[in-house]
Amino acid sequence: MNHASVAPGPSSLRPHPSSLDLKWVILGLCVALVAYLAVIPLGFLLWQSFFTPHTAAKPAVFTLGNYAAAYSSVQTAKLFANSLVFAVGTAAFSLVTGTALAWMNERTNTPFKRLFFGLALVPLIIPGILFTISWIMLASPKIGIFNLLLQQGFRTDYVFFNVYTMWGMIWVDGLHYSPMAFLLMTAAFRSMDPALEESAAMSGANLWQVLRRVTLALAWPAIFATLLILFVRAIESFEVPALLGMPAGIFVFTSAIYEAIHRYPSQIGLASAYGVTLLLLTSAGVWFQSRLSASGQRYSTVTGKGFRPRRIDLGRWRYLTAAIFIAYFLLIVAAPLFILVWSSIQKYYSVPSAAALANLTLDPYRFILEHPAFLRSIWNSLVLCVGSATIIMLVTSVICWMVVKTKIPGRWLLDNLASLPIVFPGLVLGLAIMVFYLNVNVGIYGTIWILLLAYVTRFMPYGIRYNTASMIQIHKELEESAAMSGASWFAVFVRVILPLLKPGLLAGWIYIAIVSLRELSSSILLYSPGTEVVSIMIWELWENGQYVELSALGVMLIILLFVMVMLAQLAGSRYGVREA
Amino acid sequence: MLSVRRLNTQYETDDGPVRAARDVAFEVPEGKLFTLLGPSGCGKTTTLRSIAGLERPKSGEITLGGRTVYSSARRIFMAPNERNIGMVFQSYAIWPHMSVFENAAFPLKVGQRKLSEAEIRDKVMRVLGIVDMDALWDRPATNLSGGQQQRLALARALVMEPLLLLLDEPMSNLDAKLRERMRFELKRIQRDTGVTTVYVTHDQAEALALSHEVAVMNEGSIVQVGTPREIYERPRSRFVADFIGRTNLLEAKVVAADGAGHYRLGTALGELHGLSVDALKAGDAVALSVRPEDIELSETRPDGANVCTGTVSAKVFLGDTVDFQVAVGATLLLATAHPTLRTPVGDPIYLRISTEKCVALAGDKK
Repeated sequence: MNHASVAPGPSSLRPHPSSLDLKWVILGLCVALVAYLAVIPLGFLLWQSFFTPHTAAKPAVFTLGNYAAAYSSVQTAKLFANSLVFAVGTAAFSLVTGTALAWMNERTNTPFKRLFFGLALVPLIIPGILFTISWIMLASPKIGIFNLLLQQGFRTDYVFFNVYTMWGMIWVDGLHYSPMAFLLMTAAFRSMDPALEESAAMSGANLWQVLRRVTLALAWPAIFATLLILFVRAIESFEVPALLGMPAGIFVFTSAIYEAIHRYPSQIGLASAYGVTLLLLTSAGVWFQSRLSASGQRYSTVTGKGFRPRRIDLGRWRYLTAAIFIAYFLLIVAAPLFILVWSSIQKYYSVPSAAALANLTLDPYRFILEHPAFLRSIWNSLVLCVGSATIIMLVTSVICWMVVKTKIPGRWLLDNLASLPIVFPGLVLGLAIMVFYLNVNVGIYGTIWILLLAYVTRFMPYGIRYNTASMIQIHKELEESAAMSGASWFAVFVRVILPLLKPGLLAGWIYIAIVSLRELSSSILLYSPGTEVVSIMIWELWENGQYVELSALGVMLIILLFVMVMLAQLAGSRYGVREA
Repeated sequence: MLSVRRLNTQYETDDGPVRAARDVAFEVPEGKLFTLLGPSGCGKTTTLRSIAGLERPKSGEITLGGRTVYSSARRIFMAPNERNIGMVFQSYAIWPHMSVFENAAFPLKVGQRKLSEAEIRDKVMRVLGIVDMDALWDRPATNLSGGQQQRLALARALVMEPLLLLLDEPMSNLDAKLRERMRFELKRIQRDTGVTTVYVTHDQAEALALSHEVAVMNEGSIVQVGTPREIYERPRSRFVADFIGRTNLLEAKVVAADGAGHYRLGTALGELHGLSVDALKAGDAVALSVRPEDIELSETRPDGANVCTGTVSAKVFLGDTVDFQVAVGATLLLATAHPTLRTPVGDPIYLRISTEKCVALAGDKK
């Protein structure tokens, strides 16, 4: 790197070579780490997909066989079709739900909507695996209480709901992502000057014309961007395809990768070929989305200041919208949480009834607390979430400083590198890391460190996002005045930059801790006996059919996550951080 | 044309409901420009939005061209899109996803009346011509300057030939030079189209320049209605005298009536002759409002009544005028003079105040 090209930093003013060295050592280490984390798994995954398995008998040789096998079979065409149907269906369903709810919440006088806003965010806390399992308990053909209750009510054995279908998968995953769509669309509606809609009403347009020709027309870039985000999330989602799709033989890319690895002998090459394909799909989605948000800014150029909230008076229709809110709340929060809590206090899994009410017990909790893997997995999860959140926030703060505050050539590349893992589906990242460290033995395979590596890689982009937002707000002169006071670069960074970043650091730290605690799809390929995390323990209990014990663990996990979110809110209000 | 009667509005906050407009009532005759003037938070915008139908008042009645558009007693609330009112918003609210033409044509396309494409084109181009925007008709709306956006917003509000035009602080986003030019433009357009207009502003110069009639609002109520000249020269309260233009307010006591609304008043400057529209009696405590430009300064003692002596304590040269701060005893007075008056600071100076410009304000302590 060229010293002369750096903006005159504090260190260049100081004669001491030691502080100069320390600066470049830290910058160099951070850059190297980011480049290593972002590039190695991707490169190795590509490499792996073009080679035959390396065995004791014969070394790996170049082949197109994996892609040939992957792309020549009818299976793959089916896989591709399934993945697209599932992802598009999920994205469309959650977008329509989220947009409608966001509109009702932001633009109408529906009663209790402020309460609703808070409640609608609760499902964001529930890990995907627990949400999926709770919907199995609600709507599976055999044990789902919706079916059993309706069958009792109508005295029939007709199956009303079946989650083990493509529609079931879309329903469950769509519901799970709808709060995200709701949040994104709420932000879009909030950033829109209500006068734009009011002026349409004054021009004589009725409610429907305003909605169609102004509100939705203006929100279109946001809608499309949200759709792409949801598409990427859906196509890389693992829990629903694994728990609902695989038993019914409906495979998408993620479940096919998982299956290819767990087959005997495991087909890592084939899994890699699938992984690369999936990576291409998510990359395309992320690329279009970033293009769109760049071009979408021309729509936001005309905005007034100090928006007055605009509320459309729905008249009697507001009871309908309130009913929709309640129904949504029941489907997405009340019913899943109820069924988890219910089954966690049963001896054996059974449908709620007067008879079952007599058999309430805390045995499942006792079982979990005494389970040998319980303390271990809690410990592992905590180590991982604290470790990854701390490492990410510190390393990305240095990266963001370089990107935002210096003129180092190629800093945009650094920014993109650190954000690159956003395109990795968790499962593909897990696969890539697994493959790399299987081949390059540095002694971390099978330890908790490989999980830490995966988490740091996977959530690094969030660190970048949080730190960039707050780094931009730090005025250059704050740093310069510290330098003029004689502080070295390291002193400036530790004593000025980091304290000023604190709100963003804290918010990002808590966010990463929360997502780390819920992580399943990378961990599932990387854990070994002894390094299980909580979500893996839930997964194993599910595979063993220990539903009530699983529910008990799930309830405890949700409570823990809830407490963390509350802490985040508290920290947010204290340090003035808004939810990102 | 427009009549607003006993209008009350309130909005909900976390600390409970807050009353905004309080018993607001006024009439606007056909073709006139009526201004609601007041400081921010005085209830003028909420009144305007109630007329528009964008806010639902608590009580009152609003009629427009013989139709009742709102009445709490008769439970009438006409939706904004049915009222046929054109409105220009403070932010202009130009739709960024449409061209200039499409923005202006929108009211014709969504209205009840179905027009042919040719009719729409004619009407839109004519109204764009009125605001001098016809040359830019095919521009994307995002490529417009602030002044152009304002013209377009005006065109869009006028294109449907509304019964009433509402303007919500339309000049506040323009720079000072442009604001002055748009004042003339707006006056011309309003006269040419003859559209009845309600204008909301906190800028008293704008209100005085544009309006046929001004209603000054404070804390939710209308405190005075009148022509710009009446408002300026005959304020009825301290608030109006102080808010409109600059003034010197003096505490005074009525000494005696002088006939025909004139009074002799005891002040810190000595006894002054002034007038009041209120019936005053000896001993009443009043405030005396004297505009800086109504204080005549001279270095030699002038003839006539209301003359006193002071000392120049500071002066500010403004180019076309000079502001003098004159101390009369312990009282400081602001007076505007022609730049030819060059009395140095510290020198004595004579002040003369015309009886007609010495306005006594009774009753209110605000």
